[in-house]
Amino acid sequence: MSGTGVWWAVVATCAGCYVLKLAGLSAPRRVLDHPRVQRFAALVPVALLAALVAVQTFAQGRSLHFDLPRTAGLGAAVVALLLRAPFLVVLATAAVVTAVLRHLLA
Amino acid sequence: MDETTRSSAVRDGLGVGIAVGLAGLAFGAAAATAGLTVAQACALSVFAFTGASQFALVGVVAGGGSLVAGTAGALLLGARNGLYGLRMADILGVRGWRRLPVAHGMIDETTAVSLAQPDARAARTGFFVTFATLYLTWNATTLLGAAGVSRLADPDVLGLDAVGPATFLAILWPRLTGGGPDVRTLRLIAGGGAAAALATTPFTPPGVPVLIAAAAVLAVVLRRPA
Repeated sequence: MSGTGVWWAVVATCAGCYVLKLAGLSAPRRVLDHPRVQRFAALVPVALLAALVAVQTFAQGRSLHFDLPRTAGLGAAVVALLLRAPFLVVLATAAVVTAVLRHLLA
Repeated sequence: MDETTRSSAVRDGLGVGIAVGLAGLAFGAAAATAGLTVAQACALSVFAFTGASQFALVGVVAGGGSLVAGTAGALLLGARNGLYGLRMADILGVRGWRRLPVAHGMIDETTAVSLAQPDARAARTGFFVTFATLYLTWNATTLLGAAGVSRLADPDVLGLDAVGPATFLAILWPRLTGGGPDVRTLRLIAGGGAAAALATTPFTPPGVPVLIAAAAVLAVVLRRPA
Protein backbone atom coordinates (compact mmCIF):
# COMPACT_ATOMS: atom_id res chain seq x y z
CA MET A 1 0.00 0.00 0.00
CA SER A 2 1.60 3.25 -1.10
CA GLY A 3 1.78 6.13 1.35
CA THR A 4 0.58 8.52 -1.36
CA GLY A 5 -2.51 6.38 -1.97
CA VAL A 6 -3.39 6.50 1.72
CA TRP A 7 -2.91 10.28 1.72
CA TRP A 8 -5.36 10.62 -1.18
CA ALA A 9 -7.91 8.53 0.70
CA VAL A 10 -7.36 10.65 3.84
CA VAL A 11 -7.75 13.93 1.92
CA ALA A 12 -10.85 12.72 0.04
CA THR A 13 -12.44 11.49 3.28
CA CYS A 14 -11.69 14.77 5.08
CA ALA A 15 -13.00 16.96 2.25
CA GLY A 16 -16.04 14.79 1.57
CA CYS A 17 -17.05 14.50 5.22
CA TYR A 18 -16.86 18.28 5.67
CA VAL A 19 -18.88 18.98 2.51
CA LEU A 20 -21.58 16.54 3.69
CA LYS A 21 -21.83 18.30 7.07
CA LEU A 22 -22.04 21.72 5.39
CA ALA A 23 -24.58 20.52 2.81
CA GLY A 24 -27.06 19.48 5.51
CA LEU A 25 -26.69 22.73 7.39
CA SER A 26 -27.05 24.82 4.23
CA ALA A 27 -29.84 22.94 2.47
CA PRO A 28 -32.96 24.97 1.69
CA ARG A 29 -35.88 24.62 4.10
CA ARG A 30 -38.13 22.90 1.58
CA VAL A 31 -35.78 19.90 1.50
CA LEU A 32 -36.48 19.36 5.21
CA ASP A 33 -40.19 19.88 4.72
CA HIS A 34 -40.44 16.94 2.36
CA PRO A 35 -42.04 14.08 4.37
CA ARG A 36 -39.81 11.42 2.83
CA VAL A 37 -36.66 13.35 3.73
CA GLN A 38 -37.92 13.71 7.31
CA ARG A 39 -38.71 10.02 7.52
CA PHE A 40 -35.37 9.08 6.00
CA ALA A 41 -33.56 11.46 8.40
CA ALA A 42 -35.31 9.86 11.36
CA LEU A 43 -34.85 6.23 10.29
CA VAL A 44 -31.41 6.05 8.66
CA PRO A 45 -29.38 6.96 11.76
CA VAL A 46 -31.24 4.23 13.68
CA ALA A 47 -30.28 1.59 11.10
CA LEU A 48 -26.71 2.90 10.81
CA LEU A 49 -26.15 3.07 14.56
CA ALA A 50 -27.62 -0.39 15.17
CA ALA A 51 -25.47 -1.79 12.36
CA LEU A 52 -22.38 -0.12 13.82
CA VAL A 53 -23.10 -1.54 17.29
CA ALA A 54 -23.47 -5.02 15.79
CA VAL A 55 -20.44 -4.84 13.49
CA GLN A 56 -18.09 -3.26 16.01
CA THR A 57 -19.09 -5.83 18.61
CA PHE A 58 -19.17 -9.03 16.56
CA ALA A 59 -17.18 -8.49 13.34
CA GLN A 60 -13.45 -8.83 12.94
CA GLY A 61 -12.68 -7.79 9.37
CA ARG A 62 -14.81 -10.11 7.24
CA SER A 63 -15.44 -12.77 9.85
CA LEU A 64 -17.96 -12.87 12.67
CA HIS A 65 -16.31 -13.29 15.97
CA PHE A 66 -17.66 -13.62 19.52
CA ASP A 67 -15.42 -11.78 21.94
CA LEU A 68 -16.73 -12.54 25.44
CA PRO A 69 -15.18 -9.56 27.28
CA ARG A 70 -16.31 -7.06 24.66
CA THR A 71 -19.81 -8.54 24.48
CA ALA A 72 -20.05 -8.52 28.28
CA GLY A 73 -18.88 -4.90 28.26
CA LEU A 74 -21.69 -4.03 25.88
CA GLY A 75 -24.13 -5.97 28.08
CA ALA A 76 -22.95 -3.92 31.05
CA ALA A 77 -23.57 -0.78 28.99
CA VAL A 78 -27.15 -1.96 28.39
CA VAL A 79 -27.63 -2.42 32.16
CA ALA A 80 -26.20 1.06 32.76
CA LEU A 81 -28.59 2.50 30.15
CA LEU A 82 -31.55 0.70 31.75
CA LEU A 83 -30.51 2.26 35.09
CA ARG A 84 -30.47 5.67 33.32
CA ALA A 85 -26.76 6.16 34.01
CA PRO A 86 -25.13 9.26 32.46
CA PHE A 87 -23.36 8.84 29.12
CA LEU A 88 -19.87 8.92 30.66
CA VAL A 89 -20.79 6.20 33.14
CA VAL A 90 -22.20 4.01 30.35
CA LEU A 91 -18.95 4.20 28.35
CA ALA A 92 -16.73 3.75 31.42
CA THR A 93 -18.78 0.72 32.49
CA ALA A 94 -18.32 -0.89 29.08
CA ALA A 95 -14.55 -0.28 29.07
CA VAL A 96 -13.98 -1.36 32.68
CA VAL A 97 -16.04 -4.57 32.42
CA THR A 98 -14.30 -5.47 29.14
CA ALA A 99 -10.82 -4.73 30.54
CA VAL A 100 -11.41 -6.61 33.82
CA LEU A 101 -12.88 -9.69 32.11
CA ARG A 102 -10.08 -9.73 29.55
CA HIS A 103 -7.55 -9.51 32.35
CA LEU A 104 -9.23 -12.35 34.29
CA LEU A 105 -9.51 -14.58 31.22
CA ALA A 106 -5.96 -13.93 30.00
CA MET B 1 -32.87 30.92 30.30
CA ASP B 2 -33.13 28.88 33.44
CA GLU B 3 -29.63 28.56 34.94
CA THR B 4 -30.26 24.94 35.95
CA THR B 5 -31.16 24.05 32.37
CA ARG B 6 -28.07 25.83 31.11
CA SER B 7 -25.67 24.20 33.54
CA SER B 8 -27.24 20.83 32.82
CA ALA B 9 -26.58 21.37 29.08
CA VAL B 10 -22.98 22.33 29.88
CA ARG B 11 -22.57 19.26 32.07
CA ASP B 12 -23.98 16.95 29.36
CA GLY B 13 -21.69 18.52 26.76
CA LEU B 14 -18.58 18.21 28.91
CA GLY B 15 -19.44 14.64 29.90
CA VAL B 16 -20.08 13.43 26.37
CA GLY B 17 -17.20 15.44 24.93
CA ILE B 18 -14.64 14.02 27.35
CA ALA B 19 -16.03 10.47 27.41
CA VAL B 20 -16.31 10.07 23.66
CA GLY B 21 -13.19 12.13 23.12
CA LEU B 22 -11.18 9.56 25.03
CA ALA B 23 -12.10 7.05 22.33
CA GLY B 24 -9.72 9.04 20.11
CA LEU B 25 -7.06 7.00 21.89
CA ALA B 26 -8.59 3.89 20.33
CA PHE B 27 -8.81 5.61 16.94
CA GLY B 28 -5.20 6.80 17.01
CA ALA B 29 -4.06 3.34 18.04
CA ALA B 30 -6.18 1.64 15.35
CA ALA B 31 -4.90 4.04 12.68
CA ALA B 32 -1.25 3.49 13.61
CA THR B 33 -1.79 -0.28 13.78
CA ALA B 34 -3.38 -0.19 10.30
CA GLY B 35 -0.24 1.47 8.94
CA LEU B 36 -1.29 5.11 8.78
CA THR B 37 1.31 7.64 9.84
CA VAL B 38 0.73 9.79 12.93
CA ALA B 39 0.18 12.76 10.58
CA GLN B 40 -2.49 10.86 8.60
CA ALA B 41 -4.30 9.81 11.79
CA CYS B 42 -4.23 13.39 13.11
CA ALA B 43 -5.34 14.84 9.74
CA LEU B 44 -8.44 12.62 9.85
CA SER B 45 -9.33 13.72 13.39
CA VAL B 46 -8.70 17.42 12.66
CA PHE B 47 -10.41 17.64 9.27
CA ALA B 48 -12.85 14.71 8.94
CA PHE B 49 -13.80 14.78 12.66
CA THR B 50 -16.45 12.10 12.50
CA GLY B 51 -15.48 8.95 14.35
CA ALA B 52 -17.45 6.31 12.50
CA SER B 53 -16.12 7.42 9.09
CA GLN B 54 -12.58 7.59 10.45
CA PHE B 55 -12.82 4.11 11.96
CA ALA B 56 -14.41 2.82 8.75
CA LEU B 57 -11.57 4.09 6.54
CA VAL B 58 -8.89 2.81 8.91
CA GLY B 59 -10.65 -0.56 9.17
CA VAL B 60 -10.55 -0.98 5.40
CA VAL B 61 -6.88 0.05 5.22
CA ALA B 62 -6.10 -2.46 7.99
CA GLY B 63 -8.03 -5.21 6.20
CA GLY B 64 -6.15 -4.52 2.98
CA GLY B 65 -9.36 -3.45 1.24
CA SER B 66 -9.42 -1.02 -1.66
CA LEU B 67 -8.84 2.61 -0.72
CA VAL B 68 -11.62 3.73 -3.06
CA ALA B 69 -14.11 1.40 -1.32
CA GLY B 70 -12.82 2.57 2.06
CA THR B 71 -13.28 6.21 1.12
CA ALA B 72 -16.76 5.53 -0.29
CA GLY B 73 -17.75 3.76 2.93
CA ALA B 74 -16.44 6.62 5.04
CA LEU B 75 -18.38 9.16 2.96
CA LEU B 76 -21.63 7.18 3.02
CA LEU B 77 -21.31 7.00 6.80
CA GLY B 78 -20.57 10.74 6.81
CA ALA B 79 -23.82 11.35 4.90
CA ARG B 80 -25.78 11.01 8.14
CA ASN B 81 -24.04 14.16 9.39
CA GLY B 82 -25.79 15.94 6.52
CA LEU B 83 -29.09 14.61 7.83
CA TYR B 84 -28.20 15.90 11.31
CA GLY B 85 -27.46 19.26 9.70
CA LEU B 86 -30.97 19.34 8.25
CA ARG B 87 -32.39 18.76 11.75
CA MET B 88 -30.02 21.18 13.49
CA ALA B 89 -30.18 24.13 11.05
CA ASP B 90 -33.29 25.59 12.68
CA ILE B 91 -32.16 24.91 16.25
CA LEU B 92 -28.77 26.55 15.79
CA GLY B 93 -30.05 29.34 13.54
CA VAL B 94 -26.61 30.12 12.07
CA ARG B 95 -26.44 32.08 8.82
CA GLY B 96 -23.81 33.14 6.28
CA TRP B 97 -20.12 32.47 6.89
CA ARG B 98 -20.77 31.27 10.47
CA ARG B 99 -22.09 28.05 8.96
CA LEU B 100 -18.54 27.18 7.81
CA PRO B 101 -17.04 26.56 11.28
CA VAL B 102 -20.33 25.36 12.85
CA ALA B 103 -20.80 22.73 10.12
CA HIS B 104 -17.64 20.98 11.25
CA GLY B 105 -19.31 20.12 14.56
CA MET B 106 -22.31 18.42 12.94
CA ILE B 107 -21.86 14.86 14.24
CA ASP B 108 -23.66 12.14 16.27
CA GLU B 109 -22.65 13.32 19.72
CA THR B 110 -23.28 17.06 19.32
CA THR B 111 -26.68 16.37 17.75
CA ALA B 112 -27.63 13.84 20.42
CA VAL B 113 -26.73 16.17 23.32
CA SER B 114 -28.42 19.12 21.64
CA LEU B 115 -31.68 17.30 20.87
CA ALA B 116 -31.81 15.96 24.45
CA GLN B 117 -32.10 19.49 25.90
CA PRO B 118 -35.48 20.85 27.01
CA ASP B 119 -35.33 24.23 25.21
CA ALA B 120 -33.70 25.90 22.21
CA ARG B 121 -31.08 27.90 24.10
CA ALA B 122 -29.98 24.90 26.13
CA ALA B 123 -29.87 22.97 22.83
CA ARG B 124 -27.44 25.52 21.39
CA THR B 125 -25.33 25.52 24.55
CA GLY B 126 -25.24 21.72 24.50
CA PHE B 127 -24.15 21.68 20.85
CA PHE B 128 -21.26 24.13 21.25
CA VAL B 129 -19.98 22.76 24.57
CA THR B 130 -20.01 19.21 23.17
CA PHE B 131 -18.35 20.35 19.92
CA ALA B 132 -15.52 22.25 21.67
CA THR B 133 -14.87 19.60 24.34
CA LEU B 134 -15.03 16.67 21.97
CA TYR B 135 -12.91 18.37 19.30
CA LEU B 136 -10.08 19.14 21.74
CA THR B 137 -10.21 15.76 23.50
CA TRP B 138 -10.61 13.71 20.31
CA ASN B 139 -7.63 15.37 18.62
CA ALA B 140 -5.38 15.22 21.69
CA THR B 141 -6.16 11.53 22.27
CA THR B 142 -5.76 10.69 18.56
CA LEU B 143 -2.23 12.07 18.73
CA LEU B 144 -1.52 10.20 21.97
CA GLY B 145 -2.99 6.95 20.64
CA ALA B 146 -1.19 7.10 17.29
CA ALA B 147 2.13 8.17 18.76
CA GLY B 148 1.93 5.79 21.69
CA VAL B 149 0.75 2.66 19.91
CA SER B 150 4.25 1.28 19.61
CA ARG B 151 4.63 1.56 23.39
CA LEU B 152 1.13 0.30 24.22
CA ALA B 153 1.26 -3.31 23.13
CA ASP B 154 -2.51 -3.82 22.92
CA PRO B 155 -5.13 -1.07 23.46
CA ASP B 156 -7.75 -3.81 23.92
CA VAL B 157 -6.23 -4.44 27.37
CA LEU B 158 -7.90 -1.19 28.48
CA GLY B 159 -11.25 -2.30 27.07
CA LEU B 160 -11.20 0.59 24.58
CA ASP B 161 -12.62 -1.62 21.85
CA ALA B 162 -15.93 -1.72 23.77
CA VAL B 163 -16.16 2.08 23.90
CA GLY B 164 -17.03 2.41 20.18
CA PRO B 165 -20.09 0.14 20.16
CA ALA B 166 -21.15 1.39 23.63
CA THR B 167 -21.05 4.95 22.27
CA PHE B 168 -23.26 4.08 19.31
CA LEU B 169 -25.61 2.14 21.59
CA ALA B 170 -25.93 5.05 24.02
CA ILE B 171 -26.75 7.40 21.13
CA LEU B 172 -29.28 4.94 19.74
CA TRP B 173 -30.92 4.10 23.10
CA PRO B 174 -33.25 7.10 23.57
CA ARG B 175 -34.64 6.58 20.06
CA LEU B 176 -35.63 3.02 20.93
CA THR B 177 -37.01 3.70 24.41
CA GLY B 178 -38.85 6.98 23.78
CA GLY B 179 -42.65 6.86 23.80
CA GLY B 180 -43.21 8.14 20.25
CA PRO B 181 -45.72 6.48 17.92
CA ASP B 182 -42.82 5.38 15.72
CA VAL B 183 -40.97 3.48 18.44
CA ARG B 184 -42.10 0.06 17.19
CA THR B 185 -40.92 0.86 13.68
CA LEU B 186 -37.64 2.22 15.03
CA ARG B 187 -36.98 -0.98 17.00
CA LEU B 188 -37.73 -3.08 13.91
CA ILE B 189 -35.38 -0.91 11.85
CA ALA B 190 -32.64 -1.19 14.47
CA GLY B 191 -33.00 -4.97 14.69
CA GLY B 192 -33.17 -5.30 10.92
CA GLY B 193 -30.18 -3.02 10.42
CA ALA B 194 -28.04 -4.96 12.89
CA ALA B 195 -29.08 -8.31 11.40
CA ALA B 196 -28.48 -7.15 7.82
CA ALA B 197 -25.02 -5.84 8.72
CA LEU B 198 -23.98 -9.06 10.48
CA ALA B 199 -25.45 -11.30 7.77
CA THR B 200 -23.48 -9.52 5.02
CA THR B 201 -20.20 -9.19 6.96
CA PRO B 202 -18.65 -12.43 5.64
CA PHE B 203 -19.53 -11.62 2.02
CA THR B 204 -18.65 -7.93 1.64
CA PRO B 205 -15.55 -5.81 2.30
CA PRO B 206 -15.35 -4.09 5.71
CA GLY B 207 -17.46 -0.93 5.68
CA VAL B 208 -20.08 -2.21 3.25
CA PRO B 209 -22.36 -4.11 5.73
CA VAL B 210 -23.25 -0.85 7.49
CA LEU B 211 -24.18 0.68 4.12
CA ILE B 212 -26.39 -2.31 3.33
CA ALA B 213 -28.27 -1.70 6.58
CA ALA B 214 -28.92 1.90 5.53
CA ALA B 215 -29.98 0.82 2.03
CA ALA B 216 -32.52 -1.57 3.57
CA VAL B 217 -34.05 1.39 5.40
CA LEU B 218 -34.16 3.40 2.21
CA ALA B 219 -36.14 0.58 0.60
CA VAL B 220 -38.64 0.60 3.50
CA VAL B 221 -39.03 4.38 3.31
CA LEU B 222 -39.62 4.37 -0.43
CA ARG B 223 -42.13 1.55 -0.25
CA ARG B 224 -44.18 2.94 2.64
CA PRO B 225 -45.01 6.62 2.34
CA ALA B 226 -44.98 8.54 5.63
